[in-house]
Amino acid sequence: MISQSVFRASLLNPSAPIPEGLTDGHDRPAGRRYGVYRNNVTVSLREALVAGFPSIVSLIGRENFDHVARAYLRQSPPVSPLMMHYGADFPAFLATVEQLAPLPYLSDVARIDVAMRQSYHAADSFGIDPASLQALDEDTLLNTRFGFAPSMILLRSARPIGSIWHYTLRGGEKPTGNPEDVLILRAEFDPEPFILGPGAGDVVEALQGGMPFGPAIETGGPGFDLGALLGLLLSHSAITNLNN
Amino acid sequence: MPDASHAFPHLPALPGVGYKAQHFSDILNDPAPVGWLEIHAENYMGNGGRPLAQMRVLSERFPISVHGVGLSIGGEGRLDPDHLARLKHLCDWLNPASFSEHLAWSTHDSHFLNDLLPLPYTNDTLTRVADHIDEVQDVLGRRMLLENPSSYLAFAESTWSETDFLAEIVRRTGCGLLLDVNNVFVSATNLDYSPQGYIDAYPLEAVGEIHLGGHDEDEDDHGALLLIDSHGREVVDPVWALLDYTLAKSGPKPVLVEWDTDVPDWPVLAEEARRAENALARVLV
Repeated sequence: MISQSVFRASLLNPSAPIPEGLTDGHDRPAGRRYGVYRNNVTVSLREALVAGFPSIVSLIGRENFDHVARAYLRQSPPVSPLMMHYGADFPAFLATVEQLAPLPYLSDVARIDVAMRQSYHAADSFGIDPASLQALDEDTLLNTRFGFAPSMILLRSARPIGSIWHYTLRGGEKPTGNPEDVLILRAEFDPEPFILGPGAGDVVEALQGGMPFGPAIETGGPGFDLGALLGLLLSHSAITNLNN
Repeated sequence: MPDASHAFPHLPALPGVGYKAQHFSDILNDPAPVGWLEIHAENYMGNGGRPLAQMRVLSERFPISVHGVGLSIGGEGRLDPDHLARLKHLCDWLNPASFSEHLAWSTHDSHFLNDLLPLPYTNDTLTRVADHIDEVQDVLGRRMLLENPSSYLAFAESTWSETDFLAEIVRRTGCGLLLDVNNVFVSATNLDYSPQGYIDAYPLEAVGEIHLGGHDEDEDDHGALLLIDSHGREVVDPVWALLDYTLAKSGPKPVLVEWDTDVPDWPVLAEEARRAENALARVLV
């Protein structure tokens, strides 16, 4: 009897022998017929990664991506039937691939692709009416804690990940070397990654951590543009409630 | 919750198509001749966003068939209780006209392999599959349909024919069947038996839905034709003929066209559905 452990062991290991007891229906060994399942599994997981990491495919090319994806999927097949979550640790894997060491930003750029997918499937929410923020007196506002949309995701990096992502997928300006914080926002159904200005990443992180508005905006430092951040958050329905 | 779906307790004996998000506007504007839609359950298990929003709209207009691809009913281990709970949540929310899954396994030792893997047909596997279907039907509180696989190989240890195996599962569990005639054609070609003979031996009275899809051609180590179930092209003429053969014996059934890779523009898929409509019309004459 062929256990599923035996059948499965050779699926993602092309050098493993084809399990015995499998035939072509006429008592001859299954041979290439088993290979169909090997191919189906490998190709379907690889295509899921290609679809899930468009920026990495664009940055290193399809051939290199297929090579890296094959190594990853053999080591880390999905742990859930929800393929929308597959590849969550692919960014960490990229950081361990020796051949990719000359591209140290890849791992953090890949985190944008993961976060875009998470945001796409995140729970729906309603943004507050901007007027309700304007209606608060100053003391109340400074003591208010913000609730955010589940689809809003902050990514902080020592690399210009937002510029690289835009450059490779949207033909944006050539990236400089500056570190960037990226905020993914989903106004309706389509998430977008926005590169935050100076200090805004600190402020968003503080607000997400539950710090009241007053002390949170102090973390932004001298270059922080409060109007720009609030405008971005409100226009993308990212603030979902005010607790004061 | 999309309340109007309560108005669709059954799939109609009309053509349906596998739903793809890019066809949303086309389907709302001009669905003819499509009378119902099928979704892959796992793609609608996120928390929100476009997939669920589209389904809220479509389920008001069309009967929906929820087709699972990740439950691993043929698996050696127990069914994943988390996944079963997600399926229950989806079915409770959508109240679909039908729920179906596969005679196959895809999860082993917590790893999901994203393919429909084969199992031998023995007394042991029959008991296991029947137990799993009992559990699914208990948890979901509805009758499910079980789909026959595409086979590329056979197990030396099998003691049941596939048709007898399916008939016995129906007898033990009370489930219905999803008859994929392309899978029958693919398996019959690959394992060298008569597809019409398979239909003759198949318990047609349990069929709640029929699938059609495209396949690719390859060959085995001995140069024999090996068909691969790919869902990436038009249904071939011999499979349409097998549909006619089946419908002549079974009477009209809901007939679904599956197209999952290299998905074409809507008119191409609608044309495939029209061929299914013609096949159904021939049965009624």
